[in-house]
Amino acid sequence: MPARLLVPEHARAGEVVAVRVLIQHPMETGFSHDMAGALIARNVIHTLIARYAGQEIFRAEMGSGIAANPMLQFWTIARASGAITLEWVDDRGVRGSVSASIVVEP
Amino acid sequence: MAARREFLASTAALLAAPWTPARAAQGDFDAALRALTFGAPLGDGRVQLRTPRLADNGLSVPLEVRVDSPMTPADHVLRIALLSDRNPRALIASFAIGPFAGRAMVTTRVRLSGSQRVWALAQLSDGSWWQDSAEVEVTESACLDTP
Repeated sequence: MPARLLVPEHARAGEVVAVRVLIQHPMETGFSHDMAGALIARNVIHTLIARYAGQEIFRAEMGSGIAANPMLQFWTIARASGAITLEWVDDRGVRGSVSASIVVEP
Repeated sequence: MAARREFLASTAALLAAPWTPARAAQGDFDAALRALTFGAPLGDGRVQLRTPRLADNGLSVPLEVRVDSPMTPADHVLRIALLSDRNPRALIASFAIGPFAGRAMVTTRVRLSGSQRVWALAQLSDGSWWQDSAEVEVTESACLDTP
């Protein structure tokens, strides 16, 4: 699952920074049908967890109401230089992750 | 003769099928709300939900929730939830945040099955629930069975 994570490369300590992620995923609702008329099973990214230097900073529980190729933006306080890592799993059990590092100047 | 009848029956089923989950029962919205808040009263004011008034396409509607909170360890937002009163599933998403977020704000894109009211709920660290809602006019629904 290709994904793109956008966080500022540099920040001042204490600054509130935006974390934006785009994940390529169909987010199948479970309500649509294929060409033969059979129901396509639901397959959405149901859980996404963001960690900053190991600590959980954001968690999303999503359903069929989130658009395909989900985009999420949330905020966090830049405390120290480190990695922001996002991990997720979909209904088929397929996992994905993306990571970016941020340099925090005092 | 029988083959023709079967063909007609299967074609009718095929045509009818895409329309079955056309809208959420009011029951699903109420159940989703109860599962979140356990019947707690919803305050007005501190939550701000921003969506376009008119969406050309229900498949992807941008949506931004902002909660008025100092986001300190003593007073912060724990959870932001999005609900729809017309989608087949009322609960769109639920986001857990905390004092380390600095700003109680989440942006995403949602699917909307036709024109409806979308709700944003926020739970604060003192356990109270707050809400805001917005009417979105959708000219093309997300739940039609076309690619």
